[in-house]
Amino acid sequence: MKPATWPRDDALRERLLHLDLASGTLRDARIADLPALLREGDVLVVNDAATLPASLQGRTDQGAPIEARLVGELPGGAFRAVLFGQGDWRTPTEHRPPPPALGPGDRLSFGELSAAVLRSSPVSPRLVELRFEQPRDQLWPLLYRLGRPVQYSYAKAPVEAWHVQVPYASQPWAAEMPSAGRPLRWEVLLEARRRGVAVASITHAAGLSSTGDPILDAALPLPERFAVPAATADAVARAHAAGGRVLAVGTTVVRALEGAALRNGGRLAASAGETDLVVGPGYRPAVVDGLLTGVHEKGASHYALLHAFAPAGLLERAHEHSERGGYLTHEFGDSWLLL
Amino acid sequence: MDLKGRGALITGASKGLGAALAEELARAGARVAIVARGAGELEQVARRIRAAGFEAHAIPGDVGDKRAVHGIAGAAAALVGPIELLVHAASTLGPTPLRLLLDTECEDLEAVLQTNLVGPFRLTKIVAGAMALRGSGLVVHVSSDAAVAAYPRWGAYSVSKAALDHLNRMWAAELSSEGVRFFSVDPGEMDTQMHAAAMPEADRSALAPPRDVARRIARMVADAERIENGARLQIGEAA
Repeated sequence: MKPATWPRDDALRERLLHLDLASGTLRDARIADLPALLREGDVLVVNDAATLPASLQGRTDQGAPIEARLVGELPGGAFRAVLFGQGDWRTPTEHRPPPPALGPGDRLSFGELSAAVLRSSPVSPRLVELRFEQPRDQLWPLLYRLGRPVQYSYAKAPVEAWHVQVPYASQPWAAEMPSAGRPLRWEVLLEARRRGVAVASITHAAGLSSTGDPILDAALPLPERFAVPAATADAVARAHAAGGRVLAVGTTVVRALEGAALRNGGRLAASAGETDLVVGPGYRPAVVDGLLTGVHEKGASHYALLHAFAPAGLLERAHEHSERGGYLTHEFGDSWLLL
Repeated sequence: MDLKGRGALITGASKGLGAALAEELARAGARVAIVARGAGELEQVARRIRAAGFEAHAIPGDVGDKRAVHGIAGAAAALVGPIELLVHAASTLGPTPLRLLLDTECEDLEAVLQTNLVGPFRLTKIVAGAMALRGSGLVVHVSSDAAVAAYPRWGAYSVSKAALDHLNRMWAAELSSEGVRFFSVDPGEMDTQMHAAAMPEADRSALAPPRDVARRIARMVADAERIENGARLQIGEAA
């Protein structure tokens, strides 16, 4: 399948393949059709994380060029980051050279920002914890002035902040856009609400999709920060009590809702923390009944996650159908609805 | 709206009404992020608020700059949490002394519209989606009597404020069902640098101190649930 190389003009016209879990059938639709595929009493849960200007170009103290991609802020104010050597977004991540060897105490500068390496991960020397020397008050405005969104080598031009925000973004927690929500224009969300579908949110620190290091890629997703507000836990409980379904918009929402429930004996309650839950074949969701997601290639970790919601045969047919029908993949691509 | 512990973003907050409003809202318990182009003056306002025991963070930036607005909203949300109150106080007159429309350059009109109309639209568009999702939030537009009356030489500013008032009504028309509230407020004539630039001959003793006007607007914010959504309010005579 081919990636969509740029955001399209009319998100409502983007394609949506409905994998009907009850009948095992496939149906071609458009994003604008989503509200009609939901029922009164269902709840749609989105990830409201804004996308960070996570990519910082800089240098080591020795003058070697380096790119840091911030994965997220840790309790205590340090940042988890993945480091890359020379190069920019035009080179696919897997072809980017590794950064020079760095250890605790090594300093990096990114224009007016400077940071020290606190520790490197035993999993990969690319994965580090950084502490910026600027206080948070100065750090955040500077991060936005100097950082760029994580770039995609398949994109036809550099992506800007406004290309990678969901239409209800709040706090900047996501290293990359929680992209399943990208096409959900307010036209769709308001129509869903008009039909009696609740729209609720969680915040989840969506991580990097690729690190360039096969060992580190195999360890993805890393533990990610999440918050489930009480209003969302209530909306989910109300929906389930009345026979409604919980539709997660994106795999990060699955992780947040299921991770939160797991910490509470399988019942969703308001909570916040980190989750290291990995959902895949054999996982029985406790909260989520259906999923709106991008179109994924077989072998991607996101594709593996779909097996928790749909039988392998249906996924196989959906994949073939998407390939034949020219569905587009990646961040600006088309969507699948498993419901 | 009870402001205790809530995130507020105030533009145009390095001087005049914006600075006074930031102080009042912080005093009412809001965690305020303040924005203006001049980093030095802005930081002084933030320091003053913090010295009084309240929370304030300075985010230097130009609301008329498309590249800057995501950074303003993002840094603010990182520093004070989800933005539940957005106040558009940033404003420009355009070139002063004020000019007749026939003498106004098209580029000067465009620049005024960028700061006074397009900038607020962009910032609200970024912030109000999350408000609509949560089902609550308030956006305040600082307007002017020049939005209603046609004073010769005030053309660029005047049309920008008239459009801002209508933008306020349009937002309310589309989002009141989602629990997001909007009002615009004409603060009346105040003793500010902007007023002195527009009307250098004015008698300053007849003008309202920005702090008094800010107190009244802060009370409107506190009572926002009782104000008709999309309303245009007036402070009226000097307090």
